[in-house]
Amino acid sequence: MNNWFKSGSPWVWLSAGGVSISLISVLGLLGLIAWRGLSYFWPADIYQFEMTDEQGKNLTVIGEIYERESIPASQLVHLNLNIDESAETIERLLIKTGNRELVSLDFRWILVPQINNTSLPTDLVVIERRTNGNFYGFIEEVILDGRVVAQNEMLQLVERVSDFQAEMEELQKSDIGAINYQIERTRLKERKHILDDTLTAQLQQEFKDKVVGLKADYSVLEDQLMALREKISRDQIVVRAMDGQKVTINFEDVLQVTFNNKLNVFEKLKMFFSQIGAFVSEDPREANTEGGVFPAIFGTVLMVLLMTVIVSPLGVVAAIYLHEYAGNNALTKLLRIAVINLAGVPSIVYGVFGLGFFVYMVGGSLDDLFYAETLPSPTFGTPGVMWSALTLAILTLPVVIVSTEEGLSRIPSAMRHGSLALGATKAETLWRIILPIASPAIMTGIILAIARAAGEVAPLMLVGVVKMAPNLPLDGNFPFLHLDRKFMHLGFHIYDVGFQSPNVEAARPLVYATALLLVSIIVALNITAVSIRNRLREKYRMLDQ
Amino acid sequence: MAIASKSANYRKVKNSLAKWIITLGGISVLFTLVLIFMYLLYVIKPIFESAKVDVIAKFVINEEYKVLATGVDELKEVAYSITKQGKINFYQLVDGDGHKAGDKILSQQLVADGESLTQLINVGQKQKLLIDSAGNVQLIVPSFTANFTSGKRVIIPNILYPLGKEYLPIDENNAAITKLSFAMDDEKAIFVAFTEDNRLIKTTLLAEDDFNYDTAYEVQYQEIDYEAKQVNDILVSSGLSMAFIRQNDQVAVFSLDYEPELKATIIPQLAQNKSTPNHITTMALLSGGSSILLGDDNGSVSQWFEVATDEGREFKEIRRFKVSDNEPVTAIYTEQYRKSFYTETPSGEMGMFYTTSEADLWRGNLHQGNAQTLSIAPRADGLVVFSNNELAIFSVKNEHPEVTWQALWQEVWYESYPEPEFIWQSTSGSDDFEAKFSLVPISFGTIKAASYAMMFAVPIALTAAIYTAYFMTPGMRRKVKPTIEMMEALPTVILGFLAGLWLAPIIENYLPAICLLLVFIPSSVFITAFSWHKLPRKYKTLIPETWAPIILIPAILLASYAAFALSPVLELHLFGGDVRQYITNDLGISFDQRNALVVGIAMGFAVIPTIFSMAEDAIFSVPRHLTSGSLALGATQWQTLIKVVLLTASPGIFSAVMMGLGRAVGETMIVLMATGNTPILDWSIFQGMRTLAANIAVEMPESEVGSSHYRILFLAAFVLFVFTFVVNTLAEFVRQRLREKYSSL
Repeated sequence: MNNWFKSGSPWVWLSAGGVSISLISVLGLLGLIAWRGLSYFWPADIYQFEMTDEQGKNLTVIGEIYERESIPASQLVHLNLNIDESAETIERLLIKTGNRELVSLDFRWILVPQINNTSLPTDLVVIERRTNGNFYGFIEEVILDGRVVAQNEMLQLVERVSDFQAEMEELQKSDIGAINYQIERTRLKERKHILDDTLTAQLQQEFKDKVVGLKADYSVLEDQLMALREKISRDQIVVRAMDGQKVTINFEDVLQVTFNNKLNVFEKLKMFFSQIGAFVSEDPREANTEGGVFPAIFGTVLMVLLMTVIVSPLGVVAAIYLHEYAGNNALTKLLRIAVINLAGVPSIVYGVFGLGFFVYMVGGSLDDLFYAETLPSPTFGTPGVMWSALTLAILTLPVVIVSTEEGLSRIPSAMRHGSLALGATKAETLWRIILPIASPAIMTGIILAIARAAGEVAPLMLVGVVKMAPNLPLDGNFPFLHLDRKFMHLGFHIYDVGFQSPNVEAARPLVYATALLLVSIIVALNITAVSIRNRLREKYRMLDQ
Repeated sequence: MAIASKSANYRKVKNSLAKWIITLGGISVLFTLVLIFMYLLYVIKPIFESAKVDVIAKFVINEEYKVLATGVDELKEVAYSITKQGKINFYQLVDGDGHKAGDKILSQQLVADGESLTQLINVGQKQKLLIDSAGNVQLIVPSFTANFTSGKRVIIPNILYPLGKEYLPIDENNAAITKLSFAMDDEKAIFVAFTEDNRLIKTTLLAEDDFNYDTAYEVQYQEIDYEAKQVNDILVSSGLSMAFIRQNDQVAVFSLDYEPELKATIIPQLAQNKSTPNHITTMALLSGGSSILLGDDNGSVSQWFEVATDEGREFKEIRRFKVSDNEPVTAIYTEQYRKSFYTETPSGEMGMFYTTSEADLWRGNLHQGNAQTLSIAPRADGLVVFSNNELAIFSVKNEHPEVTWQALWQEVWYESYPEPEFIWQSTSGSDDFEAKFSLVPISFGTIKAASYAMMFAVPIALTAAIYTAYFMTPGMRRKVKPTIEMMEALPTVILGFLAGLWLAPIIENYLPAICLLLVFIPSSVFITAFSWHKLPRKYKTLIPETWAPIILIPAILLASYAAFALSPVLELHLFGGDVRQYITNDLGISFDQRNALVVGIAMGFAVIPTIFSMAEDAIFSVPRHLTSGSLALGATQWQTLIKVVLLTASPGIFSAVMMGLGRAVGETMIVLMATGNTPILDWSIFQGMRTLAANIAVEMPESEVGSSHYRILFLAAFVLFVFTFVVNTLAEFVRQRLREKYSSL
């Protein structure tokens, strides 16, 4: 034993423990997110519990099992439960009971010893709704146009309603939205003429006519919309909730009706994938706690693309300067310190700088110069997607520089010398020889920068991210790309829904799903970048030989 | 030939153009860093500038009678004077709208024909109480409305009567009033007056509806029990809660809420050892209405407010300003919304001070001798002084008086606090709130969060780095290193979310398990190691020692499972079933669910890859011949590691730890989500904190651009910037030295 200690072997093992803990935590973390995130999409079984509560009353609880935990029995002594005294711990279940219009909280804890009977009735239905969350219960009646119809017609009805809903959304978003946008632009044009003192009576009349025309179009569309609304408001479902209460649900509220307990594995799998599809393609509902995350994905991607456009040339040029042009002098040393520091400065500092310098100073001046007609409401003088992209471009600049420079340093100098010896100028060597060879390294840098930017939240909270953006920064209205608009972001979505939403418990699975999405994107980007880099290293090793 | 040279020229130009563009691009990186630094400084600079007072305009105005009060509108375009004769005259201060600067644009009689004013009492900056020669009392407010006609702004003055045009009933017995003060809100107006027949009275006007819409009221008279031949000053606090009555060197404080009752008597300590003892010369109410300022003939001003002590609430002298060395303080003028005040001495020397920050902002002379009248502009950005028939308007640039080095970094005695404290509380619902800008609690929080994170991260990261770099087989290293480094790419918002919503409840419910883990994990490692050591040789070759990290994974998982399984049992038998209650009740430590432990673990995870990656590089690149030499001389692997490898790589390890520290200090999202963000000064592991970075993220979106709060948040960002700059530069410098050393070896 003593010898064993003297050999230092236990300490070696202890240091191996450090590696093990790191590995466990990385893989465990990824596994946790993956498990929790994916289970959000899996159609859960709906249980019916017959139980007796503290007062000896019998009741029925219907819902999904959300969580189970065991707690020390002593914590429950004061509740005077008639349960086994000898048990040290008691298991309890968190049940998602939904039906938000009937109870104030759609979650409740139940104690396992209080349950008398558990069953999975196959005619239990889950109705996913636009408002008030899920409804769990038994279908009593399906009403079409005021008369009761067979229950098996329901699924067709749901489909019909969702078609109408899609039509309405199209009307509301693209057509009516476009008209509103046109009216606003006409108003601004007129105001600009007033400010420039160039408004003639003729112009004024033109603007007036235009607005009148637009308003006429608007009322036509509005009538169409009302007609559609009228159409879908006539169909209803009558459902019986767990306490026997009957509830009438309008079809216009219904998104999906499923009998989870009837589904077999394949049907569940099908539903699982369709849920994932809906998650990435739909808009959020109920203050972001339900529905999809499409606008957040869109916002993240657009912002990151804009950032890439800004950061790539700058980073590559800076790296080329550092590696190919810079002499061994004080300036170069300073530059290297600047790169290291740009990488080390906390991201929130960039946010502060972006807010003060880009948004208020640059944006404010832009507004004064070019958008005077909209003042005092700011155009660029307020956080927006362009400022976010610029701020993150500075933040990720060192990532591109370091990676590109590493690539440049791996190119054998023989290639440079060869090119120069054949009479090419330095610029030509760079453009024709060095850059093409270094392009995978540049790619790596850009991918790493994208991964970093996609996960960064703190600075964005100051320079452009919002909880709920009414419009995407890219739409069908001229000039199509609206750089001044605020946007939604996956990372901020996690923070906002997980910490700022009124019903955190209900929103948690959605946050895990969003986290999974974000982590998968970032891990995939990183793995791609690293594998490109590794392949590149191998290639140069061969070139060297 | 010509073509060739042309193309050669073209190529040359292109070459040098490329060179210039690339150089410019390279320098732009440095430029960006400098720009960030300079911009932050540019925003911060105004908070440390002292106040400036400049004359804007001076007019000679020949008033026939003595001027009792002056004032100005919010934009400093129209000024007014009220004369002893009872006239108010408005003067245009800037050219425009058919008026030249200095023109009288409106004149109005405020008292009945044949009467004149005997007293004018300024209440706040706008309200004026007028007492005419017949003893009638009226309340007026000179007011201004901005009118936009044909795109130009015109200020139109007029007079408002907030309590109606009728004379106000102050005294039931209609005795002449010698001293009077007043304050009002929407529902009532309280007058406190001293009459000629030596009674102190309180008169309340109760609004029938709301004074904003209707001036109808009901009167209540009351007499205050107070013996005096005369009083010097009466002040009523703006919250209608207290009245201060000064009689020579004594101030009596009455509570006005129900019956006027004597609350306290303030007898200031005055220097008595001089040949002529000092006396109080003037008294003023500080904005917010809970502090009074007393000026004495020794040239100092003291601030007093009510403080909770063991014997109940009592008035205490909080701080003292030395206004003048030899002259008495003749007048104190206070601002309406901020805790700034101006002082005046007989020679006309004026001073500007701010109580909370104890800032001595400005000294100067605005006029010869004592000003006849002086008033502060409504936005506190100007002064109107009338002396010797000259009306002078001054601009005052004093936007950030509440910020001084002392207010940011030292204990400050805030109003109604029992003692000086470090407090960060930047905003509140009410207007006359005293902003508390101490950076100490949030800097402390930053250090606390970073220390707990480092405590967690450094041992794990360094042991992992040592093993990976020194003991691991190259094949395994190629897989393990990128995996751990992958953690660095994990968005911190996800770590923060897991910490706040997943880890924090687990830690709360299984606190004993967390403590057990500290013992269980190392022991499980030792037990596994020893069992492996005792394993028969043929099995040892099957699972070589180089697989240690993999062998240990199930062992550690098992140990963790055991710890969590034992936790409820332990909780039941040692802590009475509920650790949380045990900590709060039996140990007396308050317990937050989102505490330093959670932050330490979560942020530790964020820092581990940074430290691991750099430390591993440093250890791995220790030249092989050093270790080979050591091993050849008979040292064991472990001895070689400790005595040779780690010693050589120590600068690199140091710089890795520094980089990790830099990251922990600036981390925002994890702290934001995994703590309660309460700015407290407490090392307790069971309590949260607020860090500089999280504070910026929380408060920046709501702060008003250009306000002191905004600039202080920039200062916080600047502090972070400079700190990480120093740490990173130092780490880089050390790394550079190390690299040179390695290459020379």
